[in-house]
Amino acid sequence: MTDQREMEESQHHVVSPLIYIIVGSSLLVLTGVTVWASFQEWGNFNAVAALAIAVVKAMIVVLFFMHVKYSSKLTKLTVFCGLFTFLTLVGMTLADYISRAWGSW
Amino acid sequence: MSSTIVSLPDQSTARLPKVSFMNKENGLLSWLLTGDHKRIAILYLISITFFFFIGGALAGLIRLELLTPQSDLMATDTYNKVFTMHGVIMIFFFLVPSVPATLGNFFIPLMIGAKDLALPKINLLSWYLYMAGGLLAIYTMATGGVDTGWTFTTPLSTHYVNTNVLTTGLAVFIAGFSSIFTGLNFIVTIHKMRCPGMTWFRMPLFVWAHYAASILMVLGTPVLAIAIVLVALERTIGIGIFDPTKGGDPLLFQHLFWFYSHPAVYIIILPGMGVISETISTFSRKRVFGYTAVAFSSVAIAVFGFFVWAHHMFIMGISNYSMLVFSLLTMLVAVPSSIKIFNWAFTLYKGSITFETPMLYTFGFMGLFTIGGLTGVFLGTSGTDIHLTETYFIVAHFHFVMVGGMLMAFLAGIHFWWPKMTGRMYPEKISQLAAVVTFIGFNLTFFPQFILGVLGMPRRYAAYPPEFQVLNVFSTAGATILGIGYLLPILYLTWSLKYGEIAGDNPWQATGLEWQTQSPPLTENFLITPIMDHEAYDYDWLDKQKEKEVTIVG
Amino acid sequence: MSDSTVVAHAAPEHGHEEHPAYLRHHFENTAQQADAAGFAMWLFLLTEVMFFGGLFTAYLIYRNWYYPAFVEASHQLNVVWGTLNTAVLITSSFTMAMGVWCAEMRKQSGLVLCLILTFILGLGFLGIKTVEYKEKIEKHHVPGFHYSLKSFVDPQSDPEIYKEYHDKPLALDMARHTEVYFSLYFVMTGMHALHMIIGIAILGFMIFRARAGAYTAGHVTFVENFGLYWHFVDIVWIFLFPLLYLISRHQ
Repeated sequence: MTDQREMEESQHHVVSPLIYIIVGSSLLVLTGVTVWASFQEWGNFNAVAALAIAVVKAMIVVLFFMHVKYSSKLTKLTVFCGLFTFLTLVGMTLADYISRAWGSW
Repeated sequence: MSSTIVSLPDQSTARLPKVSFMNKENGLLSWLLTGDHKRIAILYLISITFFFFIGGALAGLIRLELLTPQSDLMATDTYNKVFTMHGVIMIFFFLVPSVPATLGNFFIPLMIGAKDLALPKINLLSWYLYMAGGLLAIYTMATGGVDTGWTFTTPLSTHYVNTNVLTTGLAVFIAGFSSIFTGLNFIVTIHKMRCPGMTWFRMPLFVWAHYAASILMVLGTPVLAIAIVLVALERTIGIGIFDPTKGGDPLLFQHLFWFYSHPAVYIIILPGMGVISETISTFSRKRVFGYTAVAFSSVAIAVFGFFVWAHHMFIMGISNYSMLVFSLLTMLVAVPSSIKIFNWAFTLYKGSITFETPMLYTFGFMGLFTIGGLTGVFLGTSGTDIHLTETYFIVAHFHFVMVGGMLMAFLAGIHFWWPKMTGRMYPEKISQLAAVVTFIGFNLTFFPQFILGVLGMPRRYAAYPPEFQVLNVFSTAGATILGIGYLLPILYLTWSLKYGEIAGDNPWQATGLEWQTQSPPLTENFLITPIMDHEAYDYDWLDKQKEKEVTIVG
Repeated sequence: MSDSTVVAHAAPEHGHEEHPAYLRHHFENTAQQADAAGFAMWLFLLTEVMFFGGLFTAYLIYRNWYYPAFVEASHQLNVVWGTLNTAVLITSSFTMAMGVWCAEMRKQSGLVLCLILTFILGLGFLGIKTVEYKEKIEKHHVPGFHYSLKSFVDPQSDPEIYKEYHDKPLALDMARHTEVYFSLYFVMTGMHALHMIIGIAILGFMIFRARAGAYTAGHVTFVENFGLYWHFVDIVWIFLFPLLYLISRHQ
């Protein structure tokens, strides 16, 4: 059963400290980048850049520090479900607020 | 051909099993510190019954007040407190945990061939959190109550009332964690602890229904938690997040509140639908029609249920575009529910139907839930909702689905699995009477409320125009009958614990792993791990098993 | 009779030498137990995601409505402290990940060191947060507690901040909305700090247990799952930092 094998694989895979060092340093570098970016004048793009960098940082924490890259399909699906529900809450609520400004039809 | 499928062992020689989960260990502490999912289920059963009767007493007070057009039985402020606590207790302390925490806890491990849930200590913690929340709610009532309605709408709850909003909020917050832990436990168990051969599509539909409800519990309840925290901070510190004078938006609370509370109604109904799948199959002697459709529709209800919450806010100030989108999505969410009704109806078709008590409740469910669900579609249409919202139409709608639907399903489940949980059968005639009395009482109570709503009677009002009195009197009369209908099971079920007939392993000739063990089950459920080698609801397999059994004489 | 419908397979005699002491009896084997525990932890983290989700929703709405107020209010936060805190937390995530590795490789002293480092870094984060909070209290920027609009209607009264950003004075109603920003600041960072405090407490417990060798004998579940929690708390801060501190630091 693939479930069984996946389960054993994900438990036996040990992520090497080298990966952790690379990821950790990247996070620190990206932090510097995001601070630098906030001092630039990019108009609306500032917010996009800040969020994009944060998303990248979060992604490498999830994939490597939290081992999701080496985890079972179930774990990956679980992470996706959490993200999806979060985006539904934020997205659909914000859509209401933004569309209020459009007036009545 | 007999008109019942009940098959009990010979009562002159039948005995309850010597060892079962009930008598394995004795003493209060062995119950209060148990890890056994079956004991925890019984603890829950006793507690939710207790809270149900408190909520029911409050309902009685409401109906008593509404006998007359004036607010003469109690002050309007008191009336506000009565309907608020009725809602809070019934929803958070009865309906949400009803089937999952009792029947779900008891039977999910048995149905999938596991020895217990994945996290027994968390299971026990869940019950303690439930009790803490519930006792806090009672304390709230005793010290003045809360009068905002169970929906805690801002800015009323944050700025305009002096009642126990904080304590009630805390009670609900704690109960929310109880729910989260139950759901979390179920998801892990169903994924990781199925016995060999128990594939996803061989599981009873009861398990699928609980799986879907558990996803909602885990993902939806935390949003209620943060909504309550923000109300508490608004009330105590005045952070301004819902306060228009500080730039806050009261509607933000409603978005967060309903983001949970709409999926909450699916958390409530899905386990009930799971029960119906089991009873309708057993009492038609037929596999559930379209197993895959019913299984996937449970998950579909869970997923779509997250996209429709603002249909509770159509008149509150959301944008017209939101109204459009949420109304459309609400139409979609009705589809999986109707798929289930169709599949259950087709299960009945050409089945060998008998009318034992669980089946009576099942038929009641099918009719009443359909009416309740259809009226939900009327309300999901934003055009009609503008006229019907905040009237008795809404009250009737949700009581049809919650009481006519869910409570009937709960009673069906309790009666269906009573012999398995206790080893004893309840008395059939009086239980059938109770089911019929409940059905009649229910219709008399709540159908007039649809009419009242269409005629324009607002909800949450202690006083109303005199022309509405006749229908209100009918409704109260119905409520009295309904009360009797709910009281009877307490009496005869308790009676059956001592004097009921010995039920044996499988009095209903049902399929399902839980029916292949003794009644009541052993603490460890199965002495040897079962291996599932047949499909769900396989009555042919059951017949083959009976052929194999040898009766030992002497 | 009861189990006759079930196919019997050879049930091994249950001797306690056959499985580790930490295997709970409702699980078939340690792999199933560890797998279930990890999955349960992920589900718990999902609840945390949704819990913070409500706060992020509120933040995005009000930032959209009151952007000028949010910009000026965010200038009141010290970007040096914020960046330093972010670095501290990222490093603590690194030491935690290394701790999990040590547990998996059964290096007890390495594990204890990593846990202690994570603990210290966590305390460091909270220490810096305390400094920041104190500053906010002194400047009367705490909603509900004599909140002062002075810095926003008259930015020049705040020379340190004015030197950097040359903020324009806000109209009175927009200035009032800075209180919403600070409400969100305190609730979001406060909620985050609460999760840090709980995490640090558990770290303290784990250090004791690690020194007794509890996690380096093949049973790493607790450390692994705590690691997931700690990384999650880090991720929340990864989003809080740019959203609260870096709204717009130019001009």
